[in-house]
Amino acid sequence: MNFIVCVKQVPGTTDVKINPETNTLVREGVEAVVNPFDLYAVEEAVAWKEKLGGNVTALSMGPPQAAEALKETLAVGVDDSVLLSDRNFGGSDTLATSYTLARAIKKIGAYDMILCGYQAIDGDTAQVGPGIAEELGIPCVTYVKKIREIKDGLVTLERMLETGFQVIEVKLPVLITVVKDINTPRLPSLRGKMKARKAEIPVWTAADIACEMNRVGQPGSPTWVRKVFAPPRKTSGRILSGEIEQQAKELREELKRLQLI
Amino acid sequence: MDIRVDSSKCTGCGICEKTCPFGAISIEDRKKEHPRFKRIAVISSACALCGACVEACPFKAISIKKEEQKPSEDLTLYKGVWVIAEMAEGDFHGVTFELLGKGRGLAEKRNTYLGCVLLGNGIADKAGELISAGADRVISCDDAIFKDFYDTAFVETIAAMIKEHKPEIVLLGATACGRGIASRISGRLKCGLTADCTGLDIDSNGFLVQTRPAFGGNIMAEILSGNTRPQMATVRHKVFKPLAADPAKKGEVIDFPLPGGIELNMSIRDFVKDVTQRVNIADADIIVSGGRGVGSQEGFKVIENLAGTLGGAVGASRGAVDAGWIPYSHQVGQTGRTVCPKLYIACGISGAIQHLVGMQSSDVIVAINKDSQAPIFQVADYGIVADLFRVLPVLIKEIEQSRR
Repeated sequence: MNFIVCVKQVPGTTDVKINPETNTLVREGVEAVVNPFDLYAVEEAVAWKEKLGGNVTALSMGPPQAAEALKETLAVGVDDSVLLSDRNFGGSDTLATSYTLARAIKKIGAYDMILCGYQAIDGDTAQVGPGIAEELGIPCVTYVKKIREIKDGLVTLERMLETGFQVIEVKLPVLITVVKDINTPRLPSLRGKMKARKAEIPVWTAADIACEMNRVGQPGSPTWVRKVFAPPRKTSGRILSGEIEQQAKELREELKRLQLI
Repeated sequence: MDIRVDSSKCTGCGICEKTCPFGAISIEDRKKEHPRFKRIAVISSACALCGACVEACPFKAISIKKEEQKPSEDLTLYKGVWVIAEMAEGDFHGVTFELLGKGRGLAEKRNTYLGCVLLGNGIADKAGELISAGADRVISCDDAIFKDFYDTAFVETIAAMIKEHKPEIVLLGATACGRGIASRISGRLKCGLTADCTGLDIDSNGFLVQTRPAFGGNIMAEILSGNTRPQMATVRHKVFKPLAADPAKKGEVIDFPLPGGIELNMSIRDFVKDVTQRVNIADADIIVSGGRGVGSQEGFKVIENLAGTLGGAVGASRGAVDAGWIPYSHQVGQTGRTVCPKLYIACGISGAIQHLVGMQSSDVIVAINKDSQAPIFQVADYGIVADLFRVLPVLIKEIEQSRR
């Protein structure tokens, strides 16, 4: 079984704010980390590889410093990794990103399962996973909360929906996106950390993966950001006072006035 | 991509580095070409061309030149605003009517019709509901293949409908199902798609302006995709209002034949309903959430009681889920669900940023916490500083009495 896991390097918290006076972004002391959902994807691939044998390749697209994110995956059991980095990839939207990752996956070649986090915490789009599957022409199952079985070229999994979950059987190769419920990611071992420190991450450019240049970066992105701004501010709230009975009564009256209850 | 730093204007002050939401700017040593300042801003390929740095730079040293993308086809051929109806257990998902309500306004601004795609099995009598909710045309395909939700069947059929009828705008609900198929359809048609929009409008060029939160709602972005068609967007549930149903409204129903050769590449074996969710938190108008302060699985009883009294759903913080007091399907926040109910009552939740980003767009927020310094109070409309186990029983009694 060969697994490919797509990971994204994201700001360590979403504590990115806009200064409402100057309308500029404030992004202080924000460290880059592996997107949390991608860590569940990495763990799932590594755990199944340990069970069934095979290989796990982690793939990321980003600036040169995104190699750090890939090193983190090597420390927790990923075998190989590849970074896609090229100035021509700048300004990519989800369509261009899906295309670029799919090109790299085609170059990696043999794969049975591609895993992604269901969304990244900076963009929250959940579009790239299904986008890669579409580009590769393989089935896609989103919001996977459990892989029950992988056997005879078939995988049985549980897909979380709003009101419950589906049990789905699908033929390999398949792309899945995973939610947090699927596992508990392991911590890096000492050996893993050593391996990660020494690793040289191969970097592929647009030319290496034979991209059509009008499908990558800004030219390949039908969407563009016209502007960013601060969300409308809430008027500051109010702390109720008095005895608990009084507070409860006041809250009930307020909620009634707002026609919420 | 063409974003430039004018080396004769850049002082290396670093303001742009701090404002870049993507961490794409670093301040580096200059290679001697300029005598006055030692350092200069360098922009990496992480740049999304959002323009935040252009506005922030006090020296007007950064400029973005967007390459003119020429549409590859005649965009005036595309007419109509479409909504993809979503069915859940034989009925329409509420987001369908909200999209029709918003779509009606967009269609009028564009001086065109409002269409609605209806896919299902035995749905012949359902088109009327969509017409009275605002649709002028219903494009319908009735087939047993749509009985279960197979992405492929929906993607193939909707893509074929779009190719034939050429709508200029296509809207879907940002639900588990809607988000997955929207991405595949846009991949197939190579058109723009914006996720999870909370605002939609038409600009002076006639383009769809799509407003969406990013970074967990801490910033808002306006996104355009006007050089390709259709312009696609998914929209969160409960953001827009449905129109009042007008049973007298007339509309046309177009039967669309199922495209040939659809191969279902998976099989849905079972659906297991989440019995721990009496009210589904993704759709709830009221959510009562418990955090670490609840203290135990037992403690969640009182949260459930208040939720029951209000007819709301039960939510939880990551802390409570990780402690095993309540299943993951209830988790609100960055690694759980993003919710925006009309009323969110946070009990014993301190309000770590990872929780706040999942609920701060709720209409009204009530926080109940012992710690008056808890960050949850900063986003709350009403705060009660006290032990939740003392407050909740009194509040429940108060609400019940007032109903008598």
